Amino acid sequence: MKRQIPLMIVLFLGILLTVQFFIPSNSSTVFYQTVIQWYLIITGFTIILAVGSLVNHHNLKIRRRKEHWWNSIATITGVVVMALLGILGKIEGLGWMMDLYRKLFKYVQAPMDSAMFAILAFYMASASYRAFRARSKEALLLLISGFIVMLGVVPFGAYLWRAIPDISEWILMVPNMASKRGILLGVGLGSAATALKIILGIERSWLGGGGK
Amino acid sequence: MRQKIPGLLLVLFWASLCLALPAQQIPVTAEPAAAAIAPVQAVKAFDTPNDKGRSITVTWQASSDEAKGLVAGYEVQRSESSQEGFADIGYVPFGFSSYTDQELPANGKDYYYRVRAEGLKGEEAYSQVSGAAQAREQWFNTMRANALFGTVLFILIVIYFISKAKKGHHLFIRKIAGLAAVDEAVGRATEMGRPILFVPGIASISDIPTIAALNILAEVSKRTAEYDTPIIVPNRDPVVYTVAQEIVKESYNQIGRPDAFNHDSVFYLTDNQMGFASGVDGIIAREKPATNFFLGYFAAEALIIAETGATTGAIQIAGTDQVTQLPFFITACDYTLMGEELYAASAYLSRQPMLLGTLKGQDWSKALIGLLMVVGVVLSFINPALRTFILKLLEVG
Repeated sequence: MKRQIPLMIVLFLGILLTVQFFIPSNSSTVFYQTVIQWYLIITGFTIILAVGSLVNHHNLKIRRRKEHWWNSIATITGVVVMALLGILGKIEGLGWMMDLYRKLFKYVQAPMDSAMFAILAFYMASASYRAFRARSKEALLLLISGFIVMLGVVPFGAYLWRAIPDISEWILMVPNMASKRGILLGVGLGSAATALKIILGIERSWLGGGGK
Repeated sequence: MRQKIPGLLLVLFWASLCLALPAQQIPVTAEPAAAAIAPVQAVKAFDTPNDKGRSITVTWQASSDEAKGLVAGYEVQRSESSQEGFADIGYVPFGFSSYTDQELPANGKDYYYRVRAEGLKGEEAYSQVSGAAQAREQWFNTMRANALFGTVLFILIVIYFISKAKKGHHLFIRKIAGLAAVDEAVGRATEMGRPILFVPGIASISDIPTIAALNILAEVSKRTAEYDTPIIVPNRDPVVYTVAQEIVKESYNQIGRPDAFNHDSVFYLTDNQMGFASGVDGIIAREKPATNFFLGYFAAEALIIAETGATTGAIQIAGTDQVTQLPFFITACDYTLMGEELYAASAYLSRQPMLLGTLKGQDWSKALIGLLMVVGVVLSFINPALRTFILKLLEVG
């Protein structure tokens, strides 16, 4: 029964939402919006569970003195401080808390985000080095096409040979686009098949049961 | 006094001359009346097709003065009577010849429309009043009839192969290197006594790649339960976290080792994208997992976590349907599931006949689409007009 109820809910709502896609009427639209609202409500409740998980996870690390456990203290402190400032800052007379909250967001979190994103540039360099080592025929092909595309997007490419930007454009628009579309076609069908398997109850891995 | 009279006369003469001259030299003319502007023609009002109702679409033929650059725009007016009571309801600039009147007070009621063309110098010209139009809600979106046909056909193909699989027919599935390596990857972690890291992407539960990743998590966690290998599952989405935890727990139950399940192995990190990438990087650096699974939806953080994993020497199996992130995974990981391979994983790993049947149906549908594409290209070459027809046929509203 524990598995049958979720399966029945999925079957019922899955069919209903599939049919809804083809019905533009007002009641159909209202039903869809209601489902979306329910999803948001459920998400709201799961955030409580998620924060509980986060605190519990780091609490265990601190208690067991795991490697780099002091980072967990910083995490829990950050969660508590930001939550308190955000909630209490709404109270009249405690506006300074909201100011501090905004400052912490602007001058601490945003720069940390940017720094993390900036690391991507270095990882790209190291990944490119690995990808462009011509150890096989495929890698050699990648190296040559990558080199032409890179030359094609800088003025120096056209300076070397006028046709390079055109060749670069052709590589991007023909073989590259064809392979992209091939993948996307498979993705579209794969998505539809996965949805169908779940709606019909053929795929039950998400229940942990593997269909048995 | 006699001496003053001529001077006075001279001043008077001069003054009268000054007053008279401007009237003669700069004649005052009346402001020319604003030139008439041509009104719009053929105003039509009809129920907006394929909508939820309370909406009427108005179309017209542009004013003939629009081509001369004299028209600023068109004000659409509505009334419940064809004679009077017209009120402005919306303005569209020149170049547009339709307007959709949304949020009407009621369905099934007569409404009349007219369009006022407005010139650049403030000229106005009213069109004829349209015929009565009524808004109605529709119960089938005709623009999606092709999608319905495609969906039904796809379902029928899948059902056919499922029934074939149920009858015991052997269905050949090609080897997918990334999935064939799952057992090896779990075995390696067991031998090394290190954990397995499984990241189910950064998207929400309503995204299909996340669901596909969770299906694979179920199979992987069964193997970790069998071998008693620790598994670490950090999550970005709160809903995905709760579902992932249930999946891993159920897998351990199914293997008969509920005691081996560690609640803390599936946890929530943060919903901040770069914060999540940073957290996963930290886990990789500290725990040094022997195997990393990056499956699901990934964006800019894909390369950050995959490259960090590569530096620790872990076996890395990645999979996503994001074509922009696939090159990064191919570069930094040992095995990469590309697009549909991610969705095939659950069937491939479990080898259940019903799931393999859907996979086969998927392949045949792809072959059918490929065939249709070839036919479409050939027909377009034979007659270019057919190209427009085919594109119209495939358009989904």
